[in-house]
Amino acid sequence: MERLVQRVRDAFRSGRSRPLSFRRQQLEALRRLVQERERDILAAIAADLSKSELNAYSHEVITILGEVDLVLEQLPEWVTAKPAKKNLLTMMDEVYVQPEPLGVVLIIGAWNYPFVLIMQPLIGAIAAGNAVIIKPSELSENTAKILAKLLPQYLDQDLYTVVNGGVEETTELLKQRFDHILYTGSTAVGKVVMAAAAKHLTPVTLELGGKSPCYIDRDCDLDVACRRIAWGKYMNCGQTCIAPDYILCEPSLQSQIVQKIKETVKEFYGENIKESPDYERIINLRHFKRLLSLLEGQKIAFGGESDEATRYIAPTVLTDVDPETKVMQEEIFGPILPIVPVKNADEAIEFINDREKPLALYVFSRNNKLVRRMIDSTSSGGVTANDVIMHFTLSSLPFGGVGSSGMGAYHGKHTFDTFSHQRPCLLKSLKGESANKLRYPPNTQSKVDWAKFFLLKKFSKGKLGLLLLAILGVVAAVLFKVLDY
Amino acid sequence: MDPFEDTLQRLREAFREGRTRSAEFRAAQLKGLDRFLRENQQRLQEALMQDLRKSAFEVELSEISISRSEINLALRNLRSWMKDEEVPRNLATQLDSAFIRKEPFGVVLIIAPWNYPLNLILVPLVGAIAAGNCVVLKPSEVSKNTEKILVEMLPRYLDRSCFAVVLGGPEETGQLLEHKFDYIFFTGSTRVGKIVMAAAAQHLTPVTLELGGKNPCYVDDDCDPQTVANRVALFRYFNAGQTCTAPDYVLCSPAMQERLVPALQDAIARFYGEDPRASPDLGRIINDQHFRRLRGLLGCGRVAVGGQSEESDRYIAPTVLVDVQETEPVMQEEIFGPILPILTVSSLDEAMDFINRREKPLALYAFSRRSQVVKQVLARTSSGGFCGNDGFMHLILASLPFGGVGASGMGSYHGKFSFDTFSHRRACLLRRPGLEKLYSVRYPPYSPRNLRVLLVAMETRGCSCTLL
Repeated sequence: MERLVQRVRDAFRSGRSRPLSFRRQQLEALRRLVQERERDILAAIAADLSKSELNAYSHEVITILGEVDLVLEQLPEWVTAKPAKKNLLTMMDEVYVQPEPLGVVLIIGAWNYPFVLIMQPLIGAIAAGNAVIIKPSELSENTAKILAKLLPQYLDQDLYTVVNGGVEETTELLKQRFDHILYTGSTAVGKVVMAAAAKHLTPVTLELGGKSPCYIDRDCDLDVACRRIAWGKYMNCGQTCIAPDYILCEPSLQSQIVQKIKETVKEFYGENIKESPDYERIINLRHFKRLLSLLEGQKIAFGGESDEATRYIAPTVLTDVDPETKVMQEEIFGPILPIVPVKNADEAIEFINDREKPLALYVFSRNNKLVRRMIDSTSSGGVTANDVIMHFTLSSLPFGGVGSSGMGAYHGKHTFDTFSHQRPCLLKSLKGESANKLRYPPNTQSKVDWAKFFLLKKFSKGKLGLLLLAILGVVAAVLFKVLDY
Repeated sequence: MDPFEDTLQRLREAFREGRTRSAEFRAAQLKGLDRFLRENQQRLQEALMQDLRKSAFEVELSEISISRSEINLALRNLRSWMKDEEVPRNLATQLDSAFIRKEPFGVVLIIAPWNYPLNLILVPLVGAIAAGNCVVLKPSEVSKNTEKILVEMLPRYLDRSCFAVVLGGPEETGQLLEHKFDYIFFTGSTRVGKIVMAAAAQHLTPVTLELGGKNPCYVDDDCDPQTVANRVALFRYFNAGQTCTAPDYVLCSPAMQERLVPALQDAIARFYGEDPRASPDLGRIINDQHFRRLRGLLGCGRVAVGGQSEESDRYIAPTVLVDVQETEPVMQEEIFGPILPILTVSSLDEAMDFINRREKPLALYAFSRRSQVVKQVLARTSSGGFCGNDGFMHLILASLPFGGVGASGMGSYHGKFSFDTFSHRRACLLRRPGLEKLYSVRYPPYSPRNLRVLLVAMETRGCSCTLL
């Protein structure tokens, strides 16, 4: 593993990954990869998650194409140095912030959206000029294999390398030194990743999880709310980090919600859900059994059917759920939707704030004031009001968690920024040395006063004030020059 | 017995109640901070004199004025920094409200070092307050006179239910770090930085680490040696060399060295007089441990200028060393003292190799009349920050982010960057309950036709788009 990382590091040191033209070329190759090998990619995702190829396309591939196009268009602007505001002392100088690649970055993917959770960070990492080591999740085997097969066929093989393996290989990998690690996965493993990163002072972006609450106000269009919630919840068989995890609502709304979700589920998946090509399966037996155990002792309003042979669990809704029970103690990550009754919005806010900060927060209400209040009184990675999931799809919004749901963010330009070092640069000239006399010892009270003046700009703040200061500054410089001679 | 649990509990409750959220509250605290500096100026000056023998000039420039300027900047810009940041929308979200909400993290911890004990605790504090957090401050116990004032006086100017100053050495700090914070801001050594990050990992606490390194200073043949010597000497010997961004060592050609050494000697004599020990403008080493460490380094290479030391007042003369080998101790650790080694290289390429073989420094300097040389050094290296033809002037510009990269740290601050450091940027998308017909394209049962409609709807510019 050490040699592998060293090889990638040597490739980075060669400087190959830095020129804009190279980055564009690699990104264009990535785009071609996705378009030319679409069949293979969709087949792999479909096999891993029992997903239809249509779904695989719209869940994963679309995002990647959109992202590559955005980056190709904006990259020339992103890589240019940004001038920064100067002060009196730096008036004549060049002052700017230059984005630079960090070096060798590690991207660790997850199994639930195995392709996009590798590719979207990868696009940003390449765009920022880095070399990348990619570690797909071993649970989504087919996608891991296809990535290992296809990436070297399209991208520079020394700069971008796929490493496959299980816990043992990942642990070995994490012992190596990287310049940034982006990890998507569970909170528990997030801690392990950060602890490993701490040994090398490697900055990290951790996209973790939590229980994303969904508050339904009595003043809302319940039909629409339930349809949208059902869509976000049962997509990918509930295995989405920003799926609405549980519902909070007044007790009187429960039965209506149950009814409407039931109807929506029928609309989406038909009478025989098992036969629907649009309904996925649980990734493996361990998670399947874990999910079934969450149903124990619960009031199943509808759903609950399961089939171990195919790891099928029906879209399920639970009512009158006790917050102390198991289903409310861990991120569900499956097609089980508990409803926890609360008296009102205030109690919902208390409930949410008593728990860890979630990755997403959802609120359904026609009342704008209530929506604002929910946002103002809570914290979460992100928020979508009157819908679910959608804040993920707008790449101008940073996507990430807070507290135990993660740190850092990415998508769009935010990925580029995550994988860049923003280096401040001040370029002065060797001339004008006499003006510097002010700052050299031996020091006097008058020098102290001048220092305060320059640093505190006590004069009026407007443009006129600045002009006045500028004139004074020039006068001072000239004065010193004169005194010099 | 955990001495910190009560304090933390108090701050957590205050935060949960929302006390620190309003702009009025934050502004009032910032004003309190400014009053603290104004009303205690004399006391602070004396304390810094006792801790580091800092002259009034240095105190004013590098501790008080810089802190006050940050406070003023925050007060002027607070409301605009706090505002929700609207973001460009795509076709699917055209009718929605999309913005980034800046939120405080909660209870944050700021750990400060001893070399600029006021600046390095207050400037981060400004950002933390402006961003709406509750703060636990842990000043350095090494600069004990300044620590005393911070513990005794500072809380009187701030709301005590939301801000606390705690005391302790390495053991107590270790205990403190076992608690969960919502953000940790640490300034100090690379070694301790790793300990802080490891502790933070236990609670998934995000961190900013302002660490150190050996800041290289490349001097090209094409330059005026006296000007270069003035600038390098100023920034090397300021605060008796105890500055994380001071030029740590010089790389130049043997010919340049011949001209630079006398120029440095000249500058030192002008700045501090024939007997620098008598100059009120030269600081002292913080404690006996560091003094002895630095005295040991005086044996490396050959002393070209200075070299004197006096244990009784922890004085080390502004020193220049030549004939230094890369393997000697003075090149193995961050010097953090008034000693400047010069190493000779035969070309720019050799200098670049030398620098790139080592850890990324906090700052990097290049001196040359030719701007292409300066720009080349910039392009071929990496560092926290860079200044061409001067010392750490880039620090005083609040419009530039100040921070390290690699072993010199992660994250940055100053000005708005401080506010951003202590804020969680929360993505918010507020949709309408209506227009359901439009969105129904995304629902199952899926069909190739729906997909085609989706793709057409997604022909947008400027934003990546997914309609699932």
